[in-house]
Amino acid sequence: MDFISILSIFVLACCVGYYVVWSVTPALHTPLMAVTNAISSVIIVGALIASAAAGSATSKWLGLVAVALASVNIFGGFAVTARMLAMYKKKDRPAQGK
Amino acid sequence: MEQVVANPWAMLAYLVAGVCFILALRGLSSPTSSRRGNRFGMFGMALAVATTLVTHQIASLPEIGVAILIGGLVGFVTARRIAMTAMPQLVAAFHSLVGLAAVLVAIAAYLNPDAFGIAEPDGAIHQVSRIEMGLGIAIGAITFSGSVIAFLKLNGNMSGKPILLPGRHIINLGTLGLIVGLIAYFVTDQSPWIFFTATALSFVIGFLLIIPIGGADMPVVVSMLNSYSGWAAAAMGFTLHNTAMIITGALVGSSGAILSYIMCRAMNRSFISVIAGGFGGDSGGPAGAAAIDRPWKRGSAEDAAFLMSQANQVIIVPGYGMAVAQAQHALREMADQLKAEGVTVKYAIHPVAGRMPGHMNVLLAEANVPYDEVFELEDINSEFAQTDVAFVIGANDVTNPAAKTDRTSPIYGMPVLDVEKAKTVLFVKRSMGGVGYAGIDNDVFYRDNTMMLLGDAKKMVEEIVKALGH
Repeated sequence: MDFISILSIFVLACCVGYYVVWSVTPALHTPLMAVTNAISSVIIVGALIASAAAGSATSKWLGLVAVALASVNIFGGFAVTARMLAMYKKKDRPAQGK
Repeated sequence: MEQVVANPWAMLAYLVAGVCFILALRGLSSPTSSRRGNRFGMFGMALAVATTLVTHQIASLPEIGVAILIGGLVGFVTARRIAMTAMPQLVAAFHSLVGLAAVLVAIAAYLNPDAFGIAEPDGAIHQVSRIEMGLGIAIGAITFSGSVIAFLKLNGNMSGKPILLPGRHIINLGTLGLIVGLIAYFVTDQSPWIFFTATALSFVIGFLLIIPIGGADMPVVVSMLNSYSGWAAAAMGFTLHNTAMIITGALVGSSGAILSYIMCRAMNRSFISVIAGGFGGDSGGPAGAAAIDRPWKRGSAEDAAFLMSQANQVIIVPGYGMAVAQAQHALREMADQLKAEGVTVKYAIHPVAGRMPGHMNVLLAEANVPYDEVFELEDINSEFAQTDVAFVIGANDVTNPAAKTDRTSPIYGMPVLDVEKAKTVLFVKRSMGGVGYAGIDNDVFYRDNTMMLLGDAKKMVEEIVKALGH
């Protein structure tokens, strides 16, 4: 892919992001931050490439540490988002224990 | 070795992963669709990881498995155990990890450019890639050190007071200029000292940028760091020519930027003034000293219970104090009892109440408050005039009428909740001494229709619940 096609994807994705994020209800802004956190860990792709490649041992170990860090974020981010979203279920009963 | 992801199926898979992430955010437009959105996000991530593993020759699968297992376990257990009130700290900690991962990936790419397909035949790194890597590592490092400071401040390991170095604007601008210069020079000369000096300086600037910002401006800071973590991922996506990373980076980057904008608007402050820092210390503001001299009325839990049980409508205004006292469960019990007596109960949320966007909503949701009883500022503000009791708990500045009338007030122009228009205002507050983050006195304390309920927010609400039971 040449630079211009990558740039086009980036710019269009920014536009999509702009409209999608404005449509997020303010009540869900905290889950929004948690889930964006989780998905920005897609950087794990780079970490995997680094740790998979032969050639440089340092680079491999850096990659492995990055894989572990990104994994904390992926599992933690999605799990905490799911936990928060589960609390937003519609409640029809008046009261219940904590 | 020219292209990493020459395989068209792999590129397609990354694109699908990117679209899944868009759907994940799209789902958050309403609580009902949000859980499905989150599953899209997980699927997209699994797809991106699987695609990478399948299309690359993996020399070290067991090690990678162990790394994912350790990281995943730590993340999962933390996410399960963390208290909802600690959510701002958790998010800051997660941001720092994204930043650090971006830095490590960039260093790995620098040391082994061949593996990333960014090397010229003679072993030098593509010039475009050098800029992308330079930006990626700088933003990643700033995200890391900035988030660590934000975490320490939010977690209380470090005072929320702004720390102001003399000449900090010049130091900061100078350091930023130096980083930009080094990245530019890196294009012509890829020696390690340039690369690593730029990295080190970026760590330093992240630290310097966040220490002067006060605890109360944290909603903006957390959103801003959220944005940076996205831009770091996008820069690395450019380096790796990876669609999933670019789409995600753009989404997260714009999401954080929009949240920062919403928070700044809710405080009527410019982004620049928040970044410049210095706001939100504990030292007395202009009217701070006058607090003790003016007459005010003190009420008891019994008085509050009586007033609210006689009301037609009660609006509850929660703030950071509610989070600190963990009063949300007791508050919901109180609301349930009032509803049982036929009182309409609503909640009014100011956008900057708490320490991160949506902080109050999450805490109320945790306490099982139905989300259709919770209203945003602009939707409920006109209702205070027809409301019998406004119950303010742990909020202060977001109710201060000085923002509407007093041109000299530091918060002048900030949209506030019109609690004073209610027939009676019940103001739960720890003591008359502290005057909110902005250090400004609140006129609402001294009004005829205000009754101050002094004490720990949780204990006070529990006492009201007891009194309502009689």
